[in-house]
Amino acid sequence: SLAERANLAGVRHIVLVLSGKGGVGKSTLSTQLALALRSAGNRVGILDVDLCGPSIPRMLRAQDSAVHQCDSGWVPVGVGQDSAIALMSIGFLLERPDDAVVWRGPKKNALIKQFVTDVAWGDLDFLIVDTPPGTSDEHISTVEALRPHRLLGAVLVTTPQ
Amino acid sequence: LAAHLSLSLAECPGTGSAQAGRAAACQGCPNQGLCAAGAAGPDPAEAAELRARLRAVRHTVLVLSGKGGVGKSTFSALLAHGLAADETKQVALLDIDICGPSIPKMMGLEGEQVHQSGSGWSPVYVEENLGVMSVGFLLSSPDDAVIWRGPKKNGLIKQFLRDVDWGEVDYLIVDTPPGTSDEHLSIVQYLSATHIDGAVIVTTPQEVSLQDVRKEINFCRKVKLPIIGVVENMSGFVCPKCKNESQIFPPTTGGAEKMCQNLSVSLLGKVPLDPQIGKSCDRGQSFLAEAPESPATLSYRNIIQRIQEYCEQHHFQEEKIM
Repeated sequence: SLAERANLAGVRHIVLVLSGKGGVGKSTLSTQLALALRSAGNRVGILDVDLCGPSIPRMLRAQDSAVHQCDSGWVPVGVGQDSAIALMSIGFLLERPDDAVVWRGPKKNALIKQFVTDVAWGDLDFLIVDTPPGTSDEHISTVEALRPHRLLGAVLVTTPQ
Repeated sequence: LAAHLSLSLAECPGTGSAQAGRAAACQGCPNQGLCAAGAAGPDPAEAAELRARLRAVRHTVLVLSGKGGVGKSTFSALLAHGLAADETKQVALLDIDICGPSIPKMMGLEGEQVHQSGSGWSPVYVEENLGVMSVGFLLSSPDDAVIWRGPKKNGLIKQFLRDVDWGEVDYLIVDTPPGTSDEHLSIVQYLSATHIDGAVIVTTPQEVSLQDVRKEINFCRKVKLPIIGVVENMSGFVCPKCKNESQIFPPTTGGAEKMCQNLSVSLLGKVPLDPQIGKSCDRGQSFLAEAPESPATLSYRNIIQRIQEYCEQHHFQEEKIM
């Protein structure tokens, strides 16, 4: 639908950061990649679809921020030195940072879809999508929701062992 | 105008539960209609089947984290080896990480297949008294991706518990994937047919790990799963040449020690980084056997002993009550 396209319509490139394995540095890489792209003058956003273990807010010192709404949807939180990196994460939606998000697949899938269609990303050169470990609900739903848009590709992260 | 968004974190009751589609948490869930229209609740025959299958299991320990890559599978494998060193004990290791099953490789069982007998699926035995089950054994190639949504994963976990003929087991160790989702809810629900002694929660020292582990601790409390304690892996590195100690993953917020103090859970132990650990895992050998003199081995052995003592005490108390 037009409304669905609108919130990602201004995003030039979407990059997924994947692994299969946990703890190899996906979120670390996503964060550093976003900061480096921003330093080089790009307009950058990060979508954190790790619903159980959202690491990006802390990595960008934004763990106490809150999400607000505007006419075209949810407003991503401005992070980074000039608050110019647009970040959306479930971390911002928790009342307490230690609250466990104990959801089964269907509820996770619904939120991921909202993250893709209801967030007012605006005009971005790069949207980096950080994912949790595995090949399950989050990954399937993210790829399905992003399919109508310009998905540049995936960067896979590993460690040597 | 700005509106602060926050989420209702009420828990999914489970698509098979009597409350499916009807609980407060179900409001707004896209599956609500399906669940409400579905089966009335868990099949009592199925619950009875699980109970029968798990009746001969004396102790069950879940190995959890919230964080990936902290050493859950490594620890599960070593806990299994450590407990099985006593040949009079029968140990079972169940790997419910469906997307990333590490246990077959770590136990030197890659390429093994599951056989069926009249009494169910046979675990793959490493030793006579140490049996293993993992989705890894069901794949035709180790690189096959298992791209399943929650319900299919739950189905396999139920089969692992219902169809595997574990026989009489002193210790059932369950290795889990990172997170607090389908696999974790399901294993707790299905294992309510037996009792779970408790959970061992694994972390590394840095705050990025601890923030996920605190969530896992809250998950345990939510589902009333006792916490045996926390293990801090990758806790410092001692150079084998100059003996200097470095903090490769600095505990910027006090590490597991501070977290355990704050949350009133037991710190079972800290295990230093030893490159031999990763090598042993890659080669499918027991690190405890390969490097008996390593400080990491000493730490692991102390932790394993504490877990054993916890389980034996727990059992003794239960028997007293009965």
